[in-house]
Amino acid sequence: MDSFDFIVMIIKVLFVGMLMVSMAPVMAWVERRGSALIQNRLGPNRMGPLGLFQSVCDGIKFAFKEDMISSHVNKFYYVLAPLVSLVPAFMTFAVVPFASNLVYEGHEIRFQVANLNVGLLYVISIASLGVYGIIIAGWASNNKYALLGSLRSSSQMISYELSMGLALVGAILCYSSLDLNTVALYQGQTLIELGGFAIPKWGILLQPLGFLIFCTAAFAETNRLPFDLPEGESEIVAGYHLEYGSLKFSMFMMAEYANMFTASAMMVTLYFGGYQLFPGMHWLLEMMNLSGLSADIARVAFEMVSFFVKCAFFMWFYVWVRWTLPRFRYDQLMDLGWRVMLPLSLINILLTGVLVYYGVI
Amino acid sequence: MSPERMGIPNTANIHIEPATVNDPDDLWGDSRVIVNIGPTHPAMHGALRMVAQLNGETIEKSYCEMGYTHRAKEKLGENRTYHQFVVYTDRLNYCSSLLNNVAYSLSVEKLMGLEVPARAAWIRMICAEMARIIDHLICVGINAVDLGAFSYFLYGFHQREEAYTLIEKLCGARLTTSFTRIGGLMYDAPDGWEKEVKAWTVETRRVLDEMDELLTGNKIWCMRTKGIAVWDKKQCVEWSVSGPVARAAGVPIDLRKTDPVMFYKDVEFDVPVAQNGDVYDRYLVRMEEIRQSLNIISQCCDKMKKGPIWVDDKRVRIPEKEVVQNTMEGLIHHFKFFMTGFDVPAGEAYTSFEAANGELGFYIVSKGTPRAHRMRIRGPSVWHYQTLTPMVQGYKIADMVGALGSINVIAGELDR
Repeated sequence: MDSFDFIVMIIKVLFVGMLMVSMAPVMAWVERRGSALIQNRLGPNRMGPLGLFQSVCDGIKFAFKEDMISSHVNKFYYVLAPLVSLVPAFMTFAVVPFASNLVYEGHEIRFQVANLNVGLLYVISIASLGVYGIIIAGWASNNKYALLGSLRSSSQMISYELSMGLALVGAILCYSSLDLNTVALYQGQTLIELGGFAIPKWGILLQPLGFLIFCTAAFAETNRLPFDLPEGESEIVAGYHLEYGSLKFSMFMMAEYANMFTASAMMVTLYFGGYQLFPGMHWLLEMMNLSGLSADIARVAFEMVSFFVKCAFFMWFYVWVRWTLPRFRYDQLMDLGWRVMLPLSLINILLTGVLVYYGVI
Repeated sequence: MSPERMGIPNTANIHIEPATVNDPDDLWGDSRVIVNIGPTHPAMHGALRMVAQLNGETIEKSYCEMGYTHRAKEKLGENRTYHQFVVYTDRLNYCSSLLNNVAYSLSVEKLMGLEVPARAAWIRMICAEMARIIDHLICVGINAVDLGAFSYFLYGFHQREEAYTLIEKLCGARLTTSFTRIGGLMYDAPDGWEKEVKAWTVETRRVLDEMDELLTGNKIWCMRTKGIAVWDKKQCVEWSVSGPVARAAGVPIDLRKTDPVMFYKDVEFDVPVAQNGDVYDRYLVRMEEIRQSLNIISQCCDKMKKGPIWVDDKRVRIPEKEVVQNTMEGLIHHFKFFMTGFDVPAGEAYTSFEAANGELGFYIVSKGTPRAHRMRIRGPSVWHYQTLTPMVQGYKIADMVGALGSINVIAGELDR
């Protein structure tokens, strides 16, 4: 690795790191304004244009609040818990590619922090570490409601990780690769040609059932409504982060939004073509009539735009669902996980296996 | 880290008394988790407390406590004149204070044998139904919030604020209205008020349809509410449950139909009755009652005419400002009227009125003085709250939250 690669790596890490950190304030704003839009009210509109600085103010407030630690908590684990849930949330995005490779003066630049050939496994394994933060928080808080919340969350995460993993098996069978870059490239192929209009081979068309299962499980994994039982503010007050305040609380919130973003990115990469351009953007790119390096840079820019637009749609989808649906009950959630999602994902694997065997997909 | 440092006392040397046998209220006997739900729990509407023994998430045993909002209203009723007590009725069921005002005035008027003029009665009916609507809107809304559907709540809440604006035009206050007087009203309705009310009913009907679309058929909502916290017809009768909760279980009693006061026999409306007595049926009954109340309001708006709002009885009528400020007799009358109040003939009367939650009754014993000798209030929430413990036995905590929302216990009315 020479100095150029090193600098590129630093820039990539910084970019992704800042992206994850800024996700919480941006999403907090989207959530507030989005819920206001859905609920026919204004939402925060005083701080800055469209209330954009409201989240900044919140950040400042969190930072300057007294960092109280109740006397009855187990201090070591209490302080550890937010970190344990935050770090894996920030780590998972590392393997997601957000544009295709670019060759610059003989250097191949990958738009992906880490190019792992087991990227998919990495995401699943690291994402599942996040639950430890919640369990530790609930346990260390020494509070009955917090413990109930963390119990709920651990059983929920484990149940839904099963169907999530099995839904991914179908996708892996299709793409025959665990490397997310390969997965994204695979989806650039044409599925069928319809009168000059190429329908790309996006995962949603190959794995519709798998996508539904993955999407539902992702909601459960990120503890969002209708699966926000670990928080369940009307039943168990605030669940696992009941005893947390100031920056520690905001770390849980940042972890939640980072997890949401990673889940959206995974949905996009696995089922919506990753950084593959939207239909029509190819045409626009050709219209620009560029060549050489500028053509490559334009392509990368277009790919990043399409990737982040797709991600933004799923982030909005999270917000949309949250303000529309009521919450499940704990046993109904388990029922759904084990009696509906698990058999469905097994059926999905069987179907995909048969189709792959006969060479249909 | 040692348990002591974590704040957990060392229990090795503490002698624990064995559990009392066969005491249904004893929760502390075994090692199950006991959670204290309330009095400051977000799902407890007002300061209510439930102590529940949990097995996992299931409530095995529980007991409820009340009294956190006790303000000795009934005793105050014996120390205040009849007019002064109107403001205390606002704080009974504070979600529908107009209804309490109307019910209280009716009971004192019954004791005195007064009948308010037609216009006052029509306005009172509009007030009562509007209060019923805002109470039901908040009840179904909060019930939905407790089960996670927040947007639904705000849809209804917006219309509720509009209703409050109309109420503000009527009496200058939004929450604590104190609108009625014995034998009349605080003010006459402003010009064109009934037109605004009618426009509001049209808009509310539209919003209700929207709310219906959002939640009534929702799969998760049905899963969360159907068959939950069932309280059947027989139990309702045995536990004196009234109002929408009883009607959801198939008890077809509505005091507006069975014992009509004012002009309730002159307006057309239906009494919705459901059969299952679960949270979902209570929700449906409330939604339908809102629609029926809107019907009543628009009929009232059509039928009400200009006219006096005060009964022509010098005993109770607040003297006109014109007379008070220009004549000596008027001034003295005014002074005496407000300083000592008016005498109510000796006797006793119980008047009940169909409030938003059920039968709201005032039992007043008079010894012929300006203050009641005894005043008792039958708040429907008391009867509903006592059913909560057996109702949620064996259900999950989350169901308890839904059940409490559906019986709509209002702490002000419960503790009085």
